[in-house]
Amino acid sequence: MDFDLSPEQLALRATVRDLFADHYDSIEQRNAVSSTDLGWSESLWRQAATMGLLGLPFDEEYGGMGAGPVEISVAMEEAGRVLAPEPFVEAVYLPGMLISRAANPEQRKRMIAPLVAGDTRAAFAHDEPGSRWPTNRVQTQAKQDGDQVLLTGRKRPVAAADSADLLIVSALTTEGTTGLYAVDAGSAGLQRHVYRTHDERRGAELVFDQVPAEPLAERAEVTALVTEGYICAQTAQCAEAVGAMRAVLQLTVDYLKARQQFGVPLSTFQALTHRAADMYEAVELANSLTLQATAALADGIVDPVLASRAKLQVGRASVFVGEQAVQMHGGIGITREYPASHFLSRLTAISRTFGSTDDHLRHLASLVGTD
Amino acid sequence: MRLQLTDEQEAFRDRMRSFFSIAVPQEIRDKVAAGAELSREEIVSSQQILNAHGLAVPQWPVAWGGQDWTPVERHLWTDELQRSATPMPLVFNTSLVGPVIAEFGTEEQKQRFLPATANLDIWWCQGFSEPEAGSDLASLRTRAVREDDHYIVNGQKTWTTYAHYADWMFALVRTDPDAPRKQQGISFLLIDMTSPGVTVRPIELLDGAKEVNEVFLDDVRVPAENLIGEDNQGWACAKFLLGNERGGFAMSQVVRRRLAQAKQAAAEIPCGGGNLLDDQLFRARIAELETTAQALEVTGLRVVAGSQSGRPNPISSLLKLRGSQLHQDTTQLLLDVAGPDARLFEPGSTSAPDWAPRTARTYLNNRKSTIYGGSSEVQRSIIASSILGL
Ligand SMILES: Cc1cc2nc3c(=O)[nH]c(=O)nc-3n(C[C@H](O)[C@H](O)[C@H](O)COP(=O)(O)OP(=O)(O)OC[C@H]3O[C@@H](n4cnc5c(N)ncnc54)[C@H](O)[C@@H]3O)c2cc1C
Repeated sequence: MDFDLSPEQLALRATVRDLFADHYDSIEQRNAVSSTDLGWSESLWRQAATMGLLGLPFDEEYGGMGAGPVEISVAMEEAGRVLAPEPFVEAVYLPGMLISRAANPEQRKRMIAPLVAGDTRAAFAHDEPGSRWPTNRVQTQAKQDGDQVLLTGRKRPVAAADSADLLIVSALTTEGTTGLYAVDAGSAGLQRHVYRTHDERRGAELVFDQVPAEPLAERAEVTALVTEGYICAQTAQCAEAVGAMRAVLQLTVDYLKARQQFGVPLSTFQALTHRAADMYEAVELANSLTLQATAALADGIVDPVLASRAKLQVGRASVFVGEQAVQMHGGIGITREYPASHFLSRLTAISRTFGSTDDHLRHLASLVGTD
Repeated sequence: MRLQLTDEQEAFRDRMRSFFSIAVPQEIRDKVAAGAELSREEIVSSQQILNAHGLAVPQWPVAWGGQDWTPVERHLWTDELQRSATPMPLVFNTSLVGPVIAEFGTEEQKQRFLPATANLDIWWCQGFSEPEAGSDLASLRTRAVREDDHYIVNGQKTWTTYAHYADWMFALVRTDPDAPRKQQGISFLLIDMTSPGVTVRPIELLDGAKEVNEVFLDDVRVPAENLIGEDNQGWACAKFLLGNERGGFAMSQVVRRRLAQAKQAAAEIPCGGGNLLDDQLFRARIAELETTAQALEVTGLRVVAGSQSGRPNPISSLLKLRGSQLHQDTTQLLLDVAGPDARLFEPGSTSAPDWAPRTARTYLNNRKSTIYGGSSEVQRSIIASSILGL
């Protein structure tokens, strides 16, 4: 048993931390980037490609690093600390993982290599209006038309679809099974309605009207594949949340020491310092299950129960830590000029992405048995 | 003990209900019900409608447009007003500065300000908080120095809600920096926002709302006749006002409306084999919130029924403490009901229904309600010291 990172993983963390420090040294810098149309930094993206960050989980034959879930979590925790707005999970790791599991070798090479190189971006279009986690049934139709497949339907929300070149789309075949398809984002018949999120990310609603699509290699088990993709993605986001919680806890601790009211620092008031201690507890419990979920994936174990437990713990902690950080800052905590509010937005979003806390609690509750 | 309304009280309630059901235009009330932001004009016009019927400032003295109502009747007025989603009269005017002027002002000040305040011809903002004086309000530093028949005011106020709409500001200023206790050197001053030297800078909140501001005061000349009460006696006005601010936190109809909205929307959302409203976990959450809402409502009624003396009841701290939290809990519930669509920030950019993206804004924005008007920590301190004697 060993919770320590290897020397290579520690080196990765230092490199990634430096990369983010160069771009997001202050909340002003970060807000300047997240308020552009694109919402993230192309120069950072280039550097991330060069240093292998985009290719972390992919095979070396596609230019990847052949690393795994632990390295992804290490990187995402750093992203969380500075609220980096780059869509690593949404535009690369999740769709790339689906391609690498579902596609044939030729498709993999064609689609993954440019993602890893930072030349293209992808998005996974699965959720549909009204659907809730776990989205097991989709209504977007895939129809065979001569020798091509045409997709018709509506996908929302699709994270990172605003700037994606390649869309991985789930759709219902005429036989009633679910298939995965690759769609060129510039295809005729495809409309994109771009949106911003409250945590300053981007995405799009996609409307498909007989859009030509390329089937990824036939595989009946799309549902299992999507479950696995989601578990990898949500575990990476759990690590991001842990990074964000650590950072906002530190911000709060510093503020309690610096801010004076009634002639003394706020840290004089135990009502506040004890709550900071509760925040610490929440972060560390969330971190423990995130580490366990990450380690399981690294061992090749896809365990939905463990993934849901991590998600539940992280979701609850995220809301508590985010809200209390804001509360203990007072008025300044809810302004956009100050980082605490941005942490709350991001943590709120993570706690409701890839299933909400209630969704995962419901799932776990349905599995409670008598031993 | 009798918790039912009397026949007269029921008749009163019915009168209020039928008035509010038509008084203010439906489209304004729809916006309130949907939690959408009102324009300045909409807030002004709806208060003027109420005022024309003598229903904008019932808590004021009768001589200045108030109503000779019992506390229960006043409660029914608030309750019916909120039930109909009529915009609340502007709190800075009707609950805060108006009663202070009525209590501490001179006859001339009352004549000059009260009718215009009730009718929202003057829009007031509250200049209390400063960057270094938040919970510790009495440490405020904005200086007012008397020069003949004027005060020269220098300093900075912050978190000033609606300063960008306001015609006037009621401010706490330091007139005697050498007073033995810091509460003693403070005065209550009315400042015309168009005076030279007043600068308003907006502060953007986390949900993008532009409702609070910084207000910079540079050598602002304020006629001495704008002082309310005595020089250096401003703290008494402030305490009187803050008591009203706390007592004014009764939002149970807003909570009820959110719970109803949540249930209505949940019935349309698939969950498991059925819909979200069938789900036991969701139902348990609703049941908890409804029970807390009821306990708070009855506590509120206890305060109302016991407040004949007109003095603020310390239990009102509990209403603010738990009421603001319940408020936040219901915004979080709606956020969860809206699901993935809640994250889309700008209503209208996709085919998601407008209400869904709004839930996230409302949730984020309402984090303020445990901070302003005496934070939750301050309320707990009041309960611990003035009620429990700790
Ligand atoms: C949206 C909004 C609108 C507002 N509108 C107005 C307005 O119109 N006019 C106006 O004058 N002001 C307004 N305020 C200001 C509001 O009254 C202050 O924010 C409030 O008094 C808290 O002060 P602060 O923000 O400086 O926080 P601080 O006082 O610095 O408090 C920071 C944290 O420490 C806690 N704390 C402070 N002292 C203690 C203690 N002794 N024990 C335990 N905990 C403590 C607080 O509860 C808070 O959690 C508004 C604020 C907000 C957020």
